[in-house]
Amino acid sequence: MSNFVENAKQAVQGAAQAAMQKAVELAPDSWIPGGRPDPLIDRKHGLIGAQTSRVDGSLKVRGAAPFAAEFPLEGLLYAAVTFSTIAKGRITTLDTAEAEAAPGVVLVMTHRNAPRMRPMPLFLTSQKAAGGDDLPVMQDDRIHWNGQPVALVLAETQEQADHAASLVRVAYEVEPALLSFAEAKAKGTEPGIFMGPMKLEIGDPEAALAAAPHKVDTVYRTPRHSHNAIELHAATVAWQGDTLRVHDASQAVAHTAWSLAEIFGIDESNVHVTSPFVGGGFGGKSLWHHQVLAAAASKLTGRPVRIVLSREGVYRLVGGRTLTEQRLALGARDDGTLDAIIHTGTVAMTPHNAMPEPFILPTQSAYAARSIKLDVEVVKLDMLANTFMRAPGESVGTFALESAMDELAVELGMDPVELRIRNEPEKDPTSGLPFSSRHIVDAYRMGAERFGWSARSATPGMRREGEWLIGMGVATATYPYHRMPGGAARLTLTRDGRVTVEAAAHEMGMGTATAQSQITAERLGLSLDQVTVHYGDSAMPGMILAGGSQQTASIGAAVIAAQRELVAELLKLAGNDSPLAGLKPDEVGGMNGGLAKLDEPDRFESYVSILTRANSDEVSVVGNAPMPLETQHWSMHSYGAMFCEVRVNAITGEPRVSRFLGSFDCGRIINAKTAASQFRGGIIMGLGLALMEETVFDERSGRIMNPSMAEYHVPVHMDVPEIDVIWTDIADPHTPMGAHGVGEIGITGVGAAVANAVYNATGKRVRDLPITLDKLM
Amino acid sequence: MNPFSYSRAAGAADAIRLGAVAGTKYLGGGTNLVDLMREGAEHPEALVDVTALSREIEEREDGGLMIGAAVRNTALAEHRAVRQRYPMLSRAILAGASAQIRNMATIGGNLLQRTRCTYFYDGEGSRCNKREPGQGCDAIDGFNRNHAILGASPACVATHPSDMCVALAALDASVHIEGRSGKRSVPLVELHRLPDGRPDLDTVLEPGELITAIELPALPLASRSTYRKVRDRASYAFALVSVAAALEVESGTVKDVRLALGGVAHKPWRAWRAEEALRGQPASEDAFRAAAEAELADASPLKDNAFKVELARRTIVAVLGDLAGAGR
Repeated sequence: MSNFVENAKQAVQGAAQAAMQKAVELAPDSWIPGGRPDPLIDRKHGLIGAQTSRVDGSLKVRGAAPFAAEFPLEGLLYAAVTFSTIAKGRITTLDTAEAEAAPGVVLVMTHRNAPRMRPMPLFLTSQKAAGGDDLPVMQDDRIHWNGQPVALVLAETQEQADHAASLVRVAYEVEPALLSFAEAKAKGTEPGIFMGPMKLEIGDPEAALAAAPHKVDTVYRTPRHSHNAIELHAATVAWQGDTLRVHDASQAVAHTAWSLAEIFGIDESNVHVTSPFVGGGFGGKSLWHHQVLAAAASKLTGRPVRIVLSREGVYRLVGGRTLTEQRLALGARDDGTLDAIIHTGTVAMTPHNAMPEPFILPTQSAYAARSIKLDVEVVKLDMLANTFMRAPGESVGTFALESAMDELAVELGMDPVELRIRNEPEKDPTSGLPFSSRHIVDAYRMGAERFGWSARSATPGMRREGEWLIGMGVATATYPYHRMPGGAARLTLTRDGRVTVEAAAHEMGMGTATAQSQITAERLGLSLDQVTVHYGDSAMPGMILAGGSQQTASIGAAVIAAQRELVAELLKLAGNDSPLAGLKPDEVGGMNGGLAKLDEPDRFESYVSILTRANSDEVSVVGNAPMPLETQHWSMHSYGAMFCEVRVNAITGEPRVSRFLGSFDCGRIINAKTAASQFRGGIIMGLGLALMEETVFDERSGRIMNPSMAEYHVPVHMDVPEIDVIWTDIADPHTPMGAHGVGEIGITGVGAAVANAVYNATGKRVRDLPITLDKLM
Repeated sequence: MNPFSYSRAAGAADAIRLGAVAGTKYLGGGTNLVDLMREGAEHPEALVDVTALSREIEEREDGGLMIGAAVRNTALAEHRAVRQRYPMLSRAILAGASAQIRNMATIGGNLLQRTRCTYFYDGEGSRCNKREPGQGCDAIDGFNRNHAILGASPACVATHPSDMCVALAALDASVHIEGRSGKRSVPLVELHRLPDGRPDLDTVLEPGELITAIELPALPLASRSTYRKVRDRASYAFALVSVAAALEVESGTVKDVRLALGGVAHKPWRAWRAEEALRGQPASEDAFRAAAEAELADASPLKDNAFKVELARRTIVAVLGDLAGAGR
């Protein structure tokens, strides 16, 4: 029922949005953010694109960068969690006596004594909602998934807490749980809703497929994945009077602060969340039960609490990527052009979250097919809420789409690179919007040349060295350009000519502060060491999610807005005695440590001079980025061509990637060093997705059976060959700095590139990930 | 992890005295036991640190080796005599774990590594006869891709995880043991048990008994030996199947052979049948395959691990083929 109401509400909102969207589509470019190119795009030889080392590199190698679990507070208590061992039912016995009597224990919190709290606001249900699910957090005796926290122990040391948590005795009344994907599908699926419906049909694709002379029609499967950021999920929390202070490991500080305020029924201004450094986020470092439980327990004891989930705890409490089963059908003419693309399938989620893995996303904009059908159906299981994980949708969707393109190339006897180029669309095939900047063909040509693609034999199994069969594969990488509403930044210029940038953004290892220092310095005409970027604090301006690869654009657009404010203020301060007198903000830009008339750089006054003459210590302004209408006016994406060489042992089936090249088209690259690192990191994660990552979910119990880094495999050094990355560096005229996000695209396309290379090596087509040796023997 | 007491033994006699108390476990490098304690699969009340036991690798006149129980895995793998006379042992050790773990792990402790069966590890949420005798086994009908294909029982289908032990099994090693009732020596192949009805007992060690040394007899054919480990990633993964082998070929005929398998059973699996089938046979791929098939004839795979039978067969044939080829 509530689902029906929710869907109806979304439909009404959808109608209003559709009208608005049409207006944005048809508006002249100049009305749209990005309608006039960012002047920074023309600065060719400055800080943009430089190989700048991380500004926090020294802190990190010295161990001086404080992470969430490293804030020492007076009277700190340590938390440990007891997890449920059934998937569904009720707690019948909850014996905490032994745990309470254990040495050092200060509190055993269960649903019986936890403070009353509202459920976490579920991510995507409102602008600042950050919760991974909307279940009650330790409020009743109901169990919703195997691994749900049933008790939280606070003790004077971590060891005491861990031990006491093992002494909590729990008995359950077990109820039948829906755990089997097959069983759930048999009971029926429902349409997935992800920022709108995920159903689309253009033309009559089934008929076109049936009539097509060449076709591929098959099912691809991807398993569950768990988040394994190197930094365990952690928070250090304290109540300072009525204010909740949270040192979090977060990719959403502003969202988390608002959400915690909702949960505890307090004012948003009474929650202060900071997260100066994060040891990897990937979509998993949002709000989960652990921060809420820690805050609740801290409230009960009146003492600060540190919670660090064990690795097992992360698997039990923090959602990962859900499993997918995808039908991918392609119908093509003799010349390789597509008459039909059908990309449909089913994913598992829960009744308590809103994340139907949107695997159709890459297919929306990929190829110029004459008919297209997309559909994501969901089944709801009694499991831990699944969530966002690096390139949700694209990472697994490209596995199906790009494997099928390879299968079609085989069927047509056509080179897979040429097949893709032949289906290159002139405009977005589903939205009809023009592309803002799409140079994927260039990326393919550059990549093929550099990788030595022409040496590939089209016939599988032709190259062998000793026991090893060698093959090459290729696949398209794609990820949307996002810029979410809410970008804002404060610029503060001081009399010494230095600038600080403050934005509630995040550093999870990507190089946020470094890139923004470069951008701001270049924009204001300062040197790198004159700019300091502060971030990771909910009290700072902005609602800037470190997600969707959008931070660079979001902060960048905010800094553009802030600079305009700053220039206006400075022109006022400069007054009539300045060479700048009489100029309008649009006529001046930052250069050489001051402002100058853009087309007459001799009309210049330095920042120091302006502030000194005005006897002003500092000028501080906040800029708000405009609504991101550009993403509804143009079809905006990052692209890449992924080339893989794989070796498969003919005897044991062991697959090993021996060479990899990512050739990217991601607009203008801001920092050649950190961007390359993002690309490589994404590709490495993609190698894990291709070859080894799989959360083992026991469908009898709903329990994750490999909750450790020993049994859940991610690539180790020996699994990772040298990875070559190159890029077109062609600026998108419609984005801040001409840049696109680079954080997620690296993982996309990798699964298919590896699978296609495996096929080329062995003649074996693996359609269910991971590609383990038993599938190749 | 439960609270426990910790003491350091000065030597074997001291350790045995301290180890006499029920609930006591000997602690070597701690690379497995501490892990199991953290995961709640082991709950010792007392730990007796035995890293003060011998760290000597003594070379015997006949070419054999006596290896103290506290020798670190890295030290054994790097030892010149091991690399020259028992290369399969050096390779087996280096195929296991990571450099950091090998630097800590002791060879005595390595013998007592416990299974990586995830149901065994899941002390809170799964049934396991090895952890709690009589509780039942969730692995038999559960996720058992990594489990045994040989020698399992209805009570337990777990595998022994050690790489080193596979080589030791092939090399006719024996284990020196001391306890309150004196000293004894057990062939390595008899140290570990098959699960039968008592999977809680990994080995034949009596309570309080302490491994003090491993003895490797002189074995000239072992100078041409190797270890091949097949796994899901290139490093830092347990074996799906591993093969330790030594081969002596004379005029195209197998004169002598040692063969053991890892990743397939509750113990390092000495391939007696295959060895017997090979001696006196031509050193040919056909004979290697026939021997592998003889060894695997009784294999009884589970839901997820049927591939291991074929993988073991292929790996045995490939390893023996390499050794035969190298000798030509």
